[in-house]
Parts: sequence; C-alpha cells; structure tokens
Amino acid sequence: MTYTWNWGIFFEPSPEGAGTYADMLLSGLAWTVATALCSWIIAFALGSVVGVMRTLPSRAANAVGAAYVEGFRNVPLLVQMFLWYFVLPELLPRDLGTAVKQMPDAPFYTAVLCLGFFTAARVAEQVRAGLRSLPRGQTQAALALGLTRAQTYRHVLLPNAYRIILPPLTSEFLNNLKNTSVALTIGLLELTARARAMQEFSFQVFEAFTAATLLYVALNLVVIAGATLLERRVAVPGGR
Amino acid sequence: MFGQFDLSVIRDALPYLFAQGMVFTLTLTALAASGGLVLGTGLALLRLSGVPGLTHAAKLYVELMRALPLVLVIFWFYFLVPYLGAWAIGSDTPIQVGAFASALVTFTLFEAAYFSEIVRAGIQSIPKGQGAAARALGMSPAQAMRLVVLPQAMRNMLPLLLTQTIVLFQDTSLVYVLSLTDFLGAASKVAQRDGRLVEMYLFAALVYFAICFAASLLVRRLQARTAIVR
Amino acid sequence: MTSAPQPAEAGGPMIAIEAVSKWYGEVRVLTGCTTAVARGEVVVVCGPSGSGKSTLLKCVNALEPFQEGQITVDGTRVRDRATNLPRLRARVGMVFQHFELFPHLSVIDNLTLAPRKVLGRSRAAATQRGLDLLARVGLSAHAEKHPGQLSGGQQQRVAIARALAMDPVVMLFDEPTSALDPEMVGEVLDVMVELARDGMTMMVVTHEMGFARKVADRVVFMDRGEIVEDVAKDTFFDRPRSERAQQFLSKILAH
Repeated sequence: MTYTWNWGIFFEPSPEGAGTYADMLLSGLAWTVATALCSWIIAFALGSVVGVMRTLPSRAANAVGAAYVEGFRNVPLLVQMFLWYFVLPELLPRDLGTAVKQMPDAPFYTAVLCLGFFTAARVAEQVRAGLRSLPRGQTQAALALGLTRAQTYRHVLLPNAYRIILPPLTSEFLNNLKNTSVALTIGLLELTARARAMQEFSFQVFEAFTAATLLYVALNLVVIAGATLLERRVAVPGGR
Repeated sequence: MFGQFDLSVIRDALPYLFAQGMVFTLTLTALAASGGLVLGTGLALLRLSGVPGLTHAAKLYVELMRALPLVLVIFWFYFLVPYLGAWAIGSDTPIQVGAFASALVTFTLFEAAYFSEIVRAGIQSIPKGQGAAARALGMSPAQAMRLVVLPQAMRNMLPLLLTQTIVLFQDTSLVYVLSLTDFLGAASKVAQRDGRLVEMYLFAALVYFAICFAASLLVRRLQARTAIVR
Repeated sequence: MTSAPQPAEAGGPMIAIEAVSKWYGEVRVLTGCTTAVARGEVVVVCGPSGSGKSTLLKCVNALEPFQEGQITVDGTRVRDRATNLPRLRARVGMVFQHFELFPHLSVIDNLTLAPRKVLGRSRAAATQRGLDLLARVGLSAHAEKHPGQLSGGQQQRVAIARALAMDPVVMLFDEPTSALDPEMVGEVLDVMVELARDGMTMMVVTHEMGFARKVADRVVFMDRGEIVEDVAKDTFFDRPRSERAQQFLSKILAH
C-alpha cells in the first residue's frame, strides 16, 4: 500500500485562504445543519397538511394529497434538485427567473425548498398512518363536543398522531439530514462537498472522508439523543 | 419558456437516453439489488446468529452505512476500492478500477445494509415455533432457517424488498457525481450539449415517474394478494 | 307527522325523530324510525346487537348522516345544510361505549378543552366548572391524572363529566357500560341515575334493564333497523306486545 497518512492535515491552512482544513469541514457541517433544519420546517408543516388531507372525508382533498405524495416520491431527489435549480427559473417570467438565478446563496434556498417538498411527501405518509391508527371514536367524541373538524385535528388527533409516529419521524429527519448532501450537485458547500474539496486540494482523501464520516455519525447520535429526550418529555402518563 | 419547448431535442436523444443511459441504470439496479439481497441476508443472519463478535460487527456495519449519506459513500468507495483491490491481490500500487465497477461495489454494499434490516424484520416476524418444529423433525438449525423460516420470511417481506429496489433505482441517479452515463447522466449530457435543460430534465423526471409509479402500483397489488394468503 | 319548519318552542319535544331511514351503500340500516324524547324525559333504547340503535343515536347529533326523514333537536333540524353542526353538537352531550377520553390530555384538560375552544370560556371559569363536575362524579382527586391512569369505570365517569361541562340540554349515551368490567358498571349507572333524577333529558342505548326499570320513562325497542315498540316502561316490561321484544327480554333477563 502506498497511501501516506497525514492526520496533521486538518490544522494546515486550506488553499481557500480562510482558515484551516478543519475550519473548512466545520463550515460544511454548519451548512448541512442549516439546510437540514430549514427544509425540515417546510417538510413538517407541508407534510402534516398533506397527511391530514389524505384522512379527510373529502374525495378531492384525498386525491390532491395522493397526487402530491406519488409525484414527489416517484422522482429521484437528484432530478428534483435539477428541476428546482435549472428548470424552475426558466419557467418563471424572464425578469423573475433572472433575479432568482442571481440570488446570493441560491443553492441553499433551492436545496431547502427541494428537500422540504421532497421530505414533506414522506412526512405526509407517516402523518396519515399515525392518524389512521387512532380509534374512529376519537374523532366522533371531539365532533360530538362541538369542535370543528379543524379543531378536532389541532387539539385531539394530531397531538396523538405525532406521539405515535415520533420514531419514524425521527428517521425521516435523519434521512433529510443525509439528503442535504445531494445538494452538492447544485453547488451547496455542505459537509460532503467540503470533504471532497479537501480531498482535491490536499490529496489526503481518507483523512477528509474519515472526518466527514465521524461528523455525520456524531450528527446522527445527537439527533437520536434529542429524539429520545423529546419522546420522554411528551410521553403520556399511563399511556397506551 | 414553454413557448420554445422543443420536443425534437428529446426525440433525437431517445436512442442515446435509453440504449445507453437506461440500460446502464437498469443493469446497475439489477446487479446491486441481487448482490445487496445476498449480502443483506448474510448480514441479517449474522445479526441474528447470537455469536457476540459477529452480531456486533454486522450491527456496526449496518448502523454506519445507514448513518452516512449515499453521496459520501459513493466517494468513499470510489477512492477506497483501488486500494482494497491492491490489498486483495497483494499489489503495491492501487489498481485501476472503472467507475462502473466502483459504483456497483458501492451500491451493493450500501443496499446490503438496508436490505439486511428488511430481512431481519422478516425473519423475526416468523413465529419461533416454526424453527422449533423444523428442528423437531430432525433438521439442523441451518436447514431449518433455509428450508422453513427464510421461504416464509421472503414471502412476507417481498413487497418491502421491491419497494427498496425502487428506491435503489432512483438512487442510482447519484452516480452523476462520478460523471457516469446512467439515464440521468445521459439526459444531463444532452442538456448541456444542446443547452436544453428544461426539456431534458422534465423528460427525465417524467420517465422516472412513469417507471417508479407503475412499479409501486404493481408492488401494492402484490402486497394485497400476499396479504390474503397469510 | 310533518317536516315543516318548527319553531323552537319550549313546549315541543327535545328530540323529534321523524321517519328516519339510512343506508350504507345498498344496505338499509334504519327504516322509517319515528319517536320523540320530551323535555326531562329518560328514554332507553334497547334491542339485539346490529338492530341499529347506536346508529340511530348517532344520527341525532349527525355523527352519522341519514338519507331520509328529519331529526329535530330543541327546534334545530339536524339534516339541513343551513344548520351549524358544531353549534348543535355543543348542546348535545354524548357518552361513548369506549369512553373516548383524549389520552394526551389530563382529566381536567379533557373537561375544559371544548368549553374553552367551542364556548369561548376562560380557562379559569372552565376549570372551576370542570372541578365542580369532577366532584359531582366523585373524582376530584384525579383532576391532574391522565386517562390511562384511571380504571374503566373512572374513565367513563370522567367522560360523563366532560359531556356535562358543555351544559348540554340533552345527553346521549351509547352503551355506556358495555365495555366495562362487571364490577365497574354500578359506579357509572349510579352517576346516570342521579343525572336522570336531576331532570336531565336522556336518550340511552343500553342493555342494562335494571337501569331502565329504575329511571326510564319510556322504552324504545329496535330490531333490524326498525322501531318495533315505543311504550311506557311498565308496559314494556310487563306486557311487551311484539314477539321479538318478548324473546329479547327473556334472553336478557335470563342472565
């Protein structure tokens, strides 16, 4: 084997001029976390709406919800990324499209929207499953008290459904976190992209990828620990 | 703009897109799915073997793969495989590995982690009494697993395995980062060459959607049928 | 019988059910049901399982839609597009077979949710009223617990208190004791008996004939989606006219 290890590489200045290779990876980590969190807000809100639509009595709401889920689930994320980044600005009115293309941090906003809409389809499926697992009597009891359907979802059905689907939602959150790396294809300088850049500049490929790997593992552990805490906090005393 | 939407670009590129791109995508999907299933079953059996070292090693492997973005794993193996190959054949210098072989190794090893979780759950869903009954008939533990438990488990988990294969089919588009010419890669190359990003990417999305949606409907129908059997 | 608009007179019945029919697709589950519940009256609805009695009860507050006929509750027509269903339901208390308390809310929050969100009461007022009602059903000590920490009988008493917290003009009970262990039936029936004696208008689907004997004014007997008998309590128990009611009574009283 001819590979020469150099673990000191992280403390050497990167050719970009601003800080060491370690700083470079950490800034990638920051973009990864920011993208994951921002897109999750969209995914959670939109996914909840679509998931609720799929449990409403209205056929139209059901059809719209189903179309959304199938549309976003059956096209590869990378293709969706390209559609948002390359195609959407072309379909907008010319001035708006140009403005969008020249926006600073365009890859970040694009990635947030793309991942948000993509993950929303998966969140929707979980929300639907959670709502469906509740006894029908819960809806009837809430309606019988005079709550509107919206209030029934807001105060009774969703709080229970979210508790039930917390574990699968956690893995969707982790999937969303990992999926941020796909945005390197549109120029987002997230963690994987920075590790790749470090490899290209320094040729210390395995050090770069090992560091990125450890950072991703650490992120996973933090998320899992957070989810466990959350689960404990929202646990219902004497719960089912 | 839609006003300038040019279908002839797509029409002219069709042979290239399908004969090259889609064939590559399907080949990679089929090979990685088969390899991943075999390896994944092996990993699942290791995890359920109860042998301390093996169980933990398999668990560590699966958990690590599932914690990492596929894009990073693709890069890892792209650089690692030449060294692994050199080590395997005792060479001093990294061996030359094509991007396709590298991608195949990546997707096989990556999918194995995901398949193994499905297989493990499938095996655990079979009542313990089945294995016990097989051994009572004089079968060895291996025979009981191979002849009695696995066939039943496979039937239960077939829909999940197929769904995961659809995910794999979509994920193969990520070989784009190695500049390989899969279906999306082919579409992308035409798009860049002719400056026709709108047409080519929309068309690619449509084709992926048609294939994945049709496949998922088939899986759902299969699921409904096997659900009645059990 | 008429389905003409009916003013909300204090003298009219609390619930008027007129020629109600209902289908699930092709299957007819209610056939021309007509009966009424007067103000302050306790009506027990009984009959074999699958006879449509729960379905009829759920038509009263429109939890189940029906295709023919009309139901009027305190002058408000249930099957009318112009009717504000949440407002109607807020005045009709309902108790379910499986309690259906909201598991994520404490007992007191179960009691205050609808008064606050539907009636717009302040948290303080709703809580005060809730605590009074808990005292009335003998569960003051359990206000801060969650439903999962209570026995079935306790949960059903909370559910009754939750319905009462809306100050309903009428209470509907859908087999309130049939999901309970036998030793807990009594505590729930005691609360219901007391409620009846306080003058609450009640429509009760139940197999508890002891309860019917004690507090019912009338008994409605249903079979196969039809109302077979609709008579005063004593008449029903002493001289049931139909053969089906006789069979039902002999079966249920044999227990």
